[in-house]
Amino acid sequence: MSATFAEKVLAKRSQEKKVVPGQIVTVKPDHLLMHDNAAPITAKITAELDKYGVVNPELPIIVLDHVIPAADEKTATNHKKIRDFVKKFDITNFFDIGCGICHQVVVEKGLSLPGQIVLGSDSHTCSYGAVGCFATGIDRTEAAALLLTGETWLKVPESIKVNLKGQLNPPVSAKDLILHIIGDMGADGANYCSVEYHGDVKALSIDDRFVMSNMGVEMGAKTAAFKVDRITANYLRSAGIDRTAYESVWADKKAKYLMEKEYDLSRIEPVVAFPHKVDNVKSIGEAKGISVDQCLIGTCTNGRLSDLEAAAIILKGRQVHPDTRLLVLPASRTIYEQAARKGIIKTFLDSGAVVLPSGCGPCLGAHQGVLAPGEKCISTANRNFKGRMGCKDAEIYLGSPATVAASALTGEISDPREVGQ
Amino acid sequence: MKVWKYGNDVNTDMLFPGKYCYTAGTIDEIKEHLLEDLDPSFAKDAAEGDIIFAGSNFGCGSSREQPVLGLKAFGIKAVVAESFARIFYRAAINQGLVLIENRDAVRAYTGSEKVSLDLDSGELFVGEKKFTFPPLPPEIKAIAEAGGLLEYTKHKLKEKKE
Repeated sequence: MSATFAEKVLAKRSQEKKVVPGQIVTVKPDHLLMHDNAAPITAKITAELDKYGVVNPELPIIVLDHVIPAADEKTATNHKKIRDFVKKFDITNFFDIGCGICHQVVVEKGLSLPGQIVLGSDSHTCSYGAVGCFATGIDRTEAAALLLTGETWLKVPESIKVNLKGQLNPPVSAKDLILHIIGDMGADGANYCSVEYHGDVKALSIDDRFVMSNMGVEMGAKTAAFKVDRITANYLRSAGIDRTAYESVWADKKAKYLMEKEYDLSRIEPVVAFPHKVDNVKSIGEAKGISVDQCLIGTCTNGRLSDLEAAAIILKGRQVHPDTRLLVLPASRTIYEQAARKGIIKTFLDSGAVVLPSGCGPCLGAHQGVLAPGEKCISTANRNFKGRMGCKDAEIYLGSPATVAASALTGEISDPREVGQ
Repeated sequence: MKVWKYGNDVNTDMLFPGKYCYTAGTIDEIKEHLLEDLDPSFAKDAAEGDIIFAGSNFGCGSSREQPVLGLKAFGIKAVVAESFARIFYRAAINQGLVLIENRDAVRAYTGSEKVSLDLDSGELFVGEKKFTFPPLPPEIKAIAEAGGLLEYTKHKLKEKKE
């Protein structure tokens, strides 16, 4: 009996011979991700934690990234509570401020592996599909329950097969491709579904795959995964994970899908998601000339080395336009260091950009780059919801690192193919 | 009983702005900012027993449970939508907030019909039109009946360990 990626992982992990969409199974995830929300999560179960303890100190991964360094007394207290919890229960996988954005840290540290199940109290947990991991977001209460029991239920999802053909033409990037797909499928086009990327995926680097998997939730997907291939294995090896450490899982050729879609990568052009919905995607031509007060390169979607490189190529030897400002957030300390060694950070600084610590800050409107009423921002983030960057009367446009860099030079949304190098 | 009506893709930032996620912790603080950027009148006027009607993809976006906690704290009897985003759906189960996915019911409501809802019989009336909704699967129902996932978990742990 042929099965999809999701069916195979969930069958294996629930000790069932086979499972079908709609079936509810009980699973024990390999890891549970939390970030700054670990404080409110553990506060829900203080008495139970004292009584029963954490089910397994290796289960949780805690990364402080959302408001780092602390912006005020409340967020500082929040971080302090988390550090106390980590010490008290000997939590193995704790990453304090500066290590990076949780989703980048999890993969860099080899904590999400092919064939595993990782649940996280953050919607972009689906990012780990890039390395063939079944990963999805849950709420805080469920994270609290998992800390105590180590198990939960999952409904076996229907699956959508996305066939990718050909290659992207740089500076067109994976961000343009996924925005194009979300624009086509709609913000709920993959709701409750497991999305599988098939076809010419070898043309996509691991960084590209993270962008694609990360944004799966923006079309409602439960998980968005790639097959494990040599690119994945090489990446994991560079993170210190040997091929014997995991057992990859992938869909059978004759698996049944709710829907199949096909995209020709060679025909994808730079695109921009207009306010206030991620699926409000238009061609760069329609966006050109819109003035922007702020430009942001970073986040769990596009803060990786190749993203910073793509932006630096455009910015090198040139200046950010005086009517705008450019913020850069490398996704992790490792990436920050690599970018520094390659001279990329210097290129940003020379161009007039503000380089911020590796964290989430402005993306969720917490601090370090909140917008004012009437302002417009172009960002490499994954969401442009009204109020997302801290102000409901501001507008957020989403684009690729190259598009944001090009826009920073001109002060208005620009086609990276025209601003050139 | 008031009916609140909203459109498609009501996201978690509209339901509860991200900027308050790490500052507003108490249920009163959550209620104060609930739906702030979508409908400022909601936090002022919502009351026990009210029902929300919404379009498709209600609750899309972050894994933010404050919207569910807030709606539950206001005593919202049910959210009836054409469809829900999955993390929101899961969070609602975990708090025992009633969600009803029914496109026809949402489209039948134009703003003036009398609405009544009987959770026990699984019947929703919009004007003269009757809509039925299926019961929850047993695994999920057990969580709802325990008063939410935390109560369910605490009970299970107690049984297991004592």
